[in-house]
Amino acid sequence: MNDNAKKLEQCFCAALGLTPEMVTDDLAYNSIKQWDSVGHMTLMSEIETVFDIMLDTDDIINLSTVAKARQTLIKYGVDF
Amino acid sequence: MLKGKVALITGASRGIGRAIARTFAANHATLHLCARGEATTRLAEELALEFGIQATAHLGDVRDADFIKAMLLQCKRAHGRLDVVVNNAGIIQQGLLGMIPMDQARATIEVNIVALINITQIAVRLMGPNASIINLASIAGTRGMEGTAAYSASKGGVVAFTLACAKELAKKNIRVNAIAPGFIDTDMTRGLTPEWYQKRVDSIGMGRIGKPEDIAGTALFLASDLSSYVTGQIIGVDGGMVS
Repeated sequence: MNDNAKKLEQCFCAALGLTPEMVTDDLAYNSIKQWDSVGHMTLMSEIETVFDIMLDTDDIINLSTVAKARQTLIKYGVDF
Repeated sequence: MLKGKVALITGASRGIGRAIARTFAANHATLHLCARGEATTRLAEELALEFGIQATAHLGDVRDADFIKAMLLQCKRAHGRLDVVVNNAGIIQQGLLGMIPMDQARATIEVNIVALINITQIAVRLMGPNASIINLASIAGTRGMEGTAAYSASKGGVVAFTLACAKELAKKNIRVNAIAPGFIDTDMTRGLTPEWYQKRVDSIGMGRIGKPEDIAGTALFLASDLSSYVTGQIIGVDGGMVS
């Protein structure tokens, strides 16, 4: 796991109150109570802050799994 | 009253937006001023000098999603947050029903409501508890106004958007309110035909056209902690406009 992957994992942990073991590629929006719509906005804000980007609304809507979060960040120039 | 607060005002270069910017500056807010014209840069410089505040100009069109994103990213990098957003940018074009060109109708909806939704969606990600969103609606949006059906529709959209956002964001303790100005003396209203202008003035109970500063005072209240328990309200500022 490179630094950016670790940072992304930490975003999920910090925003949703998860442990690192819970942050798997297939963890999905609304699959756990912490990742509801309010948690999603907190998560987006955390990702934007950590990676110093501003996500498009369409990307926020489509960012529905950990794997998709990584794919989205690649679009913004983040290496994994 | 706004010391320590970071505020973004769209349509800030003239009229109501300019008056709000000046009032916020006098109350020591840190300002981000957004508008299309170079006058915005001069206004930011003037306010910074006169009131000893930090004021940044952002020149662009609120319909440009990339511009909005870049502006809000700059706010985030500079302060890490936004406390107040005043969605003021708007356009009005006259046209009786049946005589409204569709490109004009689309432009009105694009600027007055679609751009406002986009700004709010992004800005809210920078906002925390006690933040305030202030949308500029209009008496045209609450009661309808003859000869401005497309504009009235767009401002009615602002009213409904405000009410919905207030419900969604209350649990985050972010307040969302709208101001519904009546007939206010700005370049926008001076562009109306003399007949329409006089007709509107004649309909005002207080017998005078409103000043941009009349709106700015209400915006100051909504931006400040004086209104910390006020959300989902559409506040008419119209001098008793009866039609």
